[in-house]
Amino acid sequence: MAVPRYIKDEKDQILDVILESGIHVKPSYSPEDLKRIGFDYEKDVADPGKYPFTRGIHPLGYRSRAWTTRQYTGFGTPEETNQRFLLMISHGQTGLNVAFDLPTQMGYDSDDPMAEGEVGRVGMAVDTLRDFEIAFKDIKLDKIGAGLTINAVASIMLAMYQAVAEKYGYDAKMISATPQNDILKEMIGRGAWIFPVEPAVKLIGDTIEYSMTTMPRTNPVSVCGYHIRESGATPAQEIAYAILIANAYIDNVLARGYDVDDFVGRFSFNLNVFGNMWEQIAKFRAARKLWARNLKEKYNVKKTQNLFLRGLFGGGGYGLTKAQPENNIMRGAYYALVAALSGAQTTALCSFDEAYTIPTPRSALISLRTLQLLMDEMGLRDTVDPLAGSYFIETLTKEMEQKIEEEMEKIVKYGGIVKAVADGYIQRLVARQAFEVEKGLESGELLKVGVNIYKEGTPMDVELHEYNYESAEKQIESLRKVKMERSSSEVARTLKELERVTREGKNVMPALVECCKAYATVGEMTGIFRQIFGEFQEPSLF
Amino acid sequence: MGNEKRIKVLIAKPGLDGHDRGAKVVAQALKAAGMEVIYSGLHKTVDQIVNIAIQEDVDVIGLSIMSGAHIPISQRLFKRLEEKGVTDKAVFVGGVIPGQDIPKLKEIGVAGVFPGGTPLSETIEFLKNTVKKA
Repeated sequence: MAVPRYIKDEKDQILDVILESGIHVKPSYSPEDLKRIGFDYEKDVADPGKYPFTRGIHPLGYRSRAWTTRQYTGFGTPEETNQRFLLMISHGQTGLNVAFDLPTQMGYDSDDPMAEGEVGRVGMAVDTLRDFEIAFKDIKLDKIGAGLTINAVASIMLAMYQAVAEKYGYDAKMISATPQNDILKEMIGRGAWIFPVEPAVKLIGDTIEYSMTTMPRTNPVSVCGYHIRESGATPAQEIAYAILIANAYIDNVLARGYDVDDFVGRFSFNLNVFGNMWEQIAKFRAARKLWARNLKEKYNVKKTQNLFLRGLFGGGGYGLTKAQPENNIMRGAYYALVAALSGAQTTALCSFDEAYTIPTPRSALISLRTLQLLMDEMGLRDTVDPLAGSYFIETLTKEMEQKIEEEMEKIVKYGGIVKAVADGYIQRLVARQAFEVEKGLESGELLKVGVNIYKEGTPMDVELHEYNYESAEKQIESLRKVKMERSSSEVARTLKELERVTREGKNVMPALVECCKAYATVGEMTGIFRQIFGEFQEPSLF
Repeated sequence: MGNEKRIKVLIAKPGLDGHDRGAKVVAQALKAAGMEVIYSGLHKTVDQIVNIAIQEDVDVIGLSIMSGAHIPISQRLFKRLEEKGVTDKAVFVGGVIPGQDIPKLKEIGVAGVFPGGTPLSETIEFLKNTVKKA
């Protein structure tokens, strides 16, 4: 753990390079380095598509299939969000990634006093199935997958997604949702948690268990090192915590008596791309290897395809700056290059105006085009893992692997990931690292263009997305209408059933689907969970 | 220096937004600068924040807001402070704040606005000067 640093002499010659994960980079690498680290091609790397998958999970990489593009999209009412979805799809986007507003993420209806000022602000407002009917209108749900970026109430949104698909005539077995559904990382960073650790993890177990048979093409959990890194963690910590968190979800489902091979193949990951590019590329390669080894050695996973780390590598939010915002377009292009060189299955970029607010159609399309031109113009589809065999990259990948394992061991020694999150141990480590990085920026040890170097320039005008207060009023009015039209006895019946299964500790998913179909609100369903589970008590950090 | 009272600051996360990297970094920086810092934790209502500020008798309230709701939240905070007859506390705001909103926040009564990317030293300097004047 360190501030990434360049040690220079008075003539600006670089004497030493220290990466954020604490690895020193040498001026040059040779076969001697591979000898030093005991490099063994078959054992450490192997051909693409072969264990341990360091080079990638498919033998033909992007030749067989380009990455899926999935810009994070959603704001205001479901109507506005639906239009933006259709716009992105018409420009060649191949997946959806739904942004929900904060009241929805926190399980409050749009007319709840807690939602005041937040309805439709950072994502679309969802109160009932009616909103999903509008948001997914004219979208071929059997052809395009949807990421649902929601965690504490992911079970509710997954149920609602099944309900909307069935309403539009799709078989649940044909749809592919990827709810983010990673609550432990919300407790480390991002903060959209509601329930205490134990019931929160149990809900994730419910979605995994339920998806196995009902929605087999769904990826019920997307484990996010992403936000942990955004909160300050080093790249090594990002991967270490993500793997341990994934293991916590596996353990929950195993305790229900399933075979790990029945479900772990549907896990996916969401990892970050900002920072030193070599360190990130080595990180992704090491992550694939460690995840596969973890599954094989710790969990005795048998099927090859279940060992794949399938990931969205993208975003890069923390790397973007408010200063000289157009520079973020270039940053995004380099981040996308890192993701492509690292063999991402799916990608998305934070748009250049996101240090200000959520993106405009223009900035979102610039991000999408950045991703497309990399695949279609620059030759990134030509060959798999083009950096393999580089003395530097192979050495760095091995060193990253060791750093990640060290970070994992620290947590295991502390008492495991669940305890480390519940106690705030990880949150303290991550907050301290964030402060160290900030001090590095302030002292100039860490360089950031437009922030502490090359600050001169013409002030740039950015056209910004404007929050529409009328959208919030419209949403509240629409909720009122749904409440008048729905059958209140059916709502009461389905909510009562939800309460019963929740109290009895059964899988809540079938009852949630029934609630959604009866147009029960997100707030009503969450209210039952709140009442039975209580709320997470944030550990004090300072 | 010896007899000077330590500046007491409440760093608060109002509303539903859970992005707390900035709030925690500022809290650590103010502590390192010798101030007494209380961190509210996430998802606090304006009422809860005002109550903590009164109970802890802080000099300054810092709000960290990334969701874009900084104007309605600040308006609510000042309304609540006024209702409670609290006039001795300076308020500053940090987070994702577009430049055009800074004059509006100042009009509401916010003493200082520090959007993401502001050097920590600037925030520290501001707090020292503001509390001295008060």
